[in-house]
Amino acid sequence: MQIIYSLLAGVLFGAGLTVSDMVNPARVLNFLDVAGNWDPTLIFVMAGGLAITALGYRFVFRRSACLVGDKFNLPTQQRIDLPLVGGAAIFGVGWGLAGICPGPALTDLMTLDPKILLFVAAMLVGMMGVNSWQARAAVTKSLPDHT
Amino acid sequence: MTTFSAISGLVGGALIGLAATFLMLTIGRIAGVSGILLNTITPSDTVGRSWRLAFVLGLPLGALLVTAIGLKDWSNISFPAGLQTMIIAGLLVGAGSTFGSGCTSGHGICGLARFSMRSLIATTIFITTAAATVFILRHVA
Repeated sequence: MQIIYSLLAGVLFGAGLTVSDMVNPARVLNFLDVAGNWDPTLIFVMAGGLAITALGYRFVFRRSACLVGDKFNLPTQQRIDLPLVGGAAIFGVGWGLAGICPGPALTDLMTLDPKILLFVAAMLVGMMGVNSWQARAAVTKSLPDHT
Repeated sequence: MTTFSAISGLVGGALIGLAATFLMLTIGRIAGVSGILLNTITPSDTVGRSWRLAFVLGLPLGALLVTAIGLKDWSNISFPAGLQTMIIAGLLVGAGSTFGSGCTSGHGICGLARFSMRSLIATTIFITTAAATVFILRHVA
């Protein structure tokens, strides 16, 4: 059942990115280009998405649990730390270079364009690289101190 | 050139919001694409891998669906960046979203909808560095 629900959510999400033309890198780059022929469409996508999600979450969180499984899985981290700030900064540079972020990248796989396949492959390498580095760093940190 | 379209933006955004709400209501998960994708490919969580893979596959299926019912014309969509730029951008997007615990969907939609301070800061920063990058590429370099 979990799989069907998440597949439906993915389809709806991909449909939203397609309808709003966020799958079009030129559209995203023209939003980011405030000094050029500015296209504010992305603001409306975020506003629509945020409004519905904020309202929807309010309604959902009144329940004691989700439909499948027992609890809501929410981030517990509160600290503003270097990985958050630095990671967001790096992410933004990549986003600005190609006009593509993870959701549209995966949705654009529908085109089977070699360029997007390359982007997604590189994105996976970046994710796995940082992830294994973080895992190693966590192991080192948890080792007993020998000094 | 792209022509500003408030209606398709709002409608598409609303669909994204419905998807995020639906995923939380049904299986209690944040619809953050980078986190979902990362946990699909890392071996740490085999139990949760199937629902994540289903979500990831759903994204291009959603695009196919919209196209099949005649609501999307892909003929004017292309990837303006060159091959090398695509590789560098992909690496940065993957690394940055992993360090920063989220991307445009996880921080920009779900996090902001929960009034998370971390997400507000991350969203402000990545929109700023992205705009700065585009400014340098288009108006300085």
